[in-house]
Amino acid sequence: MNLPPAPVAGTRPLSVSTGSPRGPRRSRAAVLGESVLEWVIRLCGISAILFVFGIFFFVLREGVGFLFGGLKLGEFFFSTEWYPTSLSNVRYGVLALIVGTFSVTGLAMLIAVPFGLGAAIFVSEFCSDRWREGLKILIELLAAIPSVVWGFIGISVMNPLIQEVFHVPVGLNVLNGALLLALMSVPIMVSIGEDALKAVPDSFREASLAMGATRWQTVRRVLLPAAKNGLLAAILLGVGRAVGETMAVLMATGHAVNIPKSPFDPVRTLTATIAAELGEASVGSPHYQVLFIIGILLFTITFAVNLVADLVVKGTAKG
Amino acid sequence: MQISPFTFSFGQGLARLGAFLSLTLLALALGAGCKKKTEQSPEGGSANGSAPARKQSIQNIGSDTMVNLAQAWAEEYANVDPAISIEVSGGGSGVGIAALINKTADIANASRKLEPEEEQKAKASTGQTPSEFVVGFDGLAVYVNKSNPLDSISLEELSDIYREDGKLTKWSDLGVKAIPGARSDDIIRVSRQNNSGSYQYFRETVVGKKNDFKSGSLDMNGSKDVVEQVGKTPGAIGYSGLGYATPDVKILKVSKTKGQPGVVPSIATVHDKSYPISRPLFMYTPGAPTAAVKKYLDWIMSDAGQKIVEKTGYVPLPK
Repeated sequence: MNLPPAPVAGTRPLSVSTGSPRGPRRSRAAVLGESVLEWVIRLCGISAILFVFGIFFFVLREGVGFLFGGLKLGEFFFSTEWYPTSLSNVRYGVLALIVGTFSVTGLAMLIAVPFGLGAAIFVSEFCSDRWREGLKILIELLAAIPSVVWGFIGISVMNPLIQEVFHVPVGLNVLNGALLLALMSVPIMVSIGEDALKAVPDSFREASLAMGATRWQTVRRVLLPAAKNGLLAAILLGVGRAVGETMAVLMATGHAVNIPKSPFDPVRTLTATIAAELGEASVGSPHYQVLFIIGILLFTITFAVNLVADLVVKGTAKG
Repeated sequence: MQISPFTFSFGQGLARLGAFLSLTLLALALGAGCKKKTEQSPEGGSANGSAPARKQSIQNIGSDTMVNLAQAWAEEYANVDPAISIEVSGGGSGVGIAALINKTADIANASRKLEPEEEQKAKASTGQTPSEFVVGFDGLAVYVNKSNPLDSISLEELSDIYREDGKLTKWSDLGVKAIPGARSDDIIRVSRQNNSGSYQYFRETVVGKKNDFKSGSLDMNGSKDVVEQVGKTPGAIGYSGLGYATPDVKILKVSKTKGQPGVVPSIATVHDKSYPISRPLFMYTPGAPTAAVKKYLDWIMSDAGQKIVEKTGYVPLPK
């Protein structure tokens, strides 16, 4: 980045053209190529920002008309009555959907965090080399299963299994969705968590062992505190995956507008509602716009999760 | 600061996650947008102009219930007669009939009969008497799990189960003592997502046009899913097309009022109108159909056309 700016033809003073300090002069083409390449790469970097803002803009544009003209925000956030296609009394209450999203995500994290971090610690610290390679391949395989397939497993395998094991009337419920989401987010947690633990220099481990600490003491007192930012990142990426996941929860949670009283009640999530209803809502109708407002809401939730994560990581990094 | 390199990759990870989520949303939005565009395009450039070179187009507007069926016919007919393009759009039976009166539709789809007043208007506008064609039937069967001892139900009872303020929530209220395998006495309602044709037709004939469904039902995304879910849940009840029965479910007889003998839904009882949750599906042309339209209607009523009726979940014409 500290290259001098490419001189403009004609205005170039003589002293510069003669004063090449060491080595052969680069040809004009090479200099030009270099700066073109630099700009291409810069553009690639900036494009991510452009995409995010572009998408936010388009989602906002579709929903904003109804957001500020007609939608009752009180009803939207605090009513559980979701009747977007009613002929007599249209109601757009998404409280049940918000609660649905958070209940499934929350339970999924309760299951996934211990398993994911435990697996990461095992793979990184306790495992022999041969086992490690096999385990990592298997875990990566778990991450490669498409979410529709998870949903199918939820409907056809877990559904009767949950009814049988827990003696509950419905097998498509919060627990079913949460188990699937847990299985889907564990691979992310394991691979990022393992990277985080691996990033702790070996000198930490050696020092700890030299002091007479056992392996578990080393993990608990030395490695976990040293890698906590990375482990937190692993958990939050798992949360992100769980909040945004659509297909599996659409199939496995029962898709019922309902405030759950136990993990065995069916629920419906924000993402699943968009997926199920957007395809047949006519473009520009209030129903269509409300679905985009739900999209804005999801965007805001993930943004908030990311922001909090960033702040937490920055805060702990200082200490 | 050994940890700082990790914080960096954490930020990247989050950006990637954000981009992924928003891309998913974008894809959803685009998918929906494109689909609608193709369905609604004919409204703009109907009879005059914009059709591609020499290709004759038939405007087919009306009932949302029939829009999938009409679309399936139109797609298949493109292989039968490539010189003709059928432009299908929905909006409702009323919209189709209005288009017939305004001379913007060549064929109007309606899931109800033309009202005398509408016929007068059409006559006044076009100078011809509209021709009516029955092109198939819509019928919904009520499914329960095969272990459920119940075998007949009335429309009122169904309405009390599904209606927003309906009081029937327990199987024992219907006189069903115990369902083998069911973990509770609760009636588990299985329904469809709120913009499907089945949902709207069931609301119209069973729940009541001015009423809404009770929240908390399992809202499945397809006719087949409803039947599968009922088959896997002993305490469930659901409605779906006639052709979806599996060995795990039982089709209930339905009576108009309590105490009357129930009618088994079948192609025969749909045809003789004794089964209460069924109705004919109509197509109307402004007068006697023109040659191209006549050819299309003849094809719809042929075996090839009627096979599509069955495939899309409706009841075909008597042979």
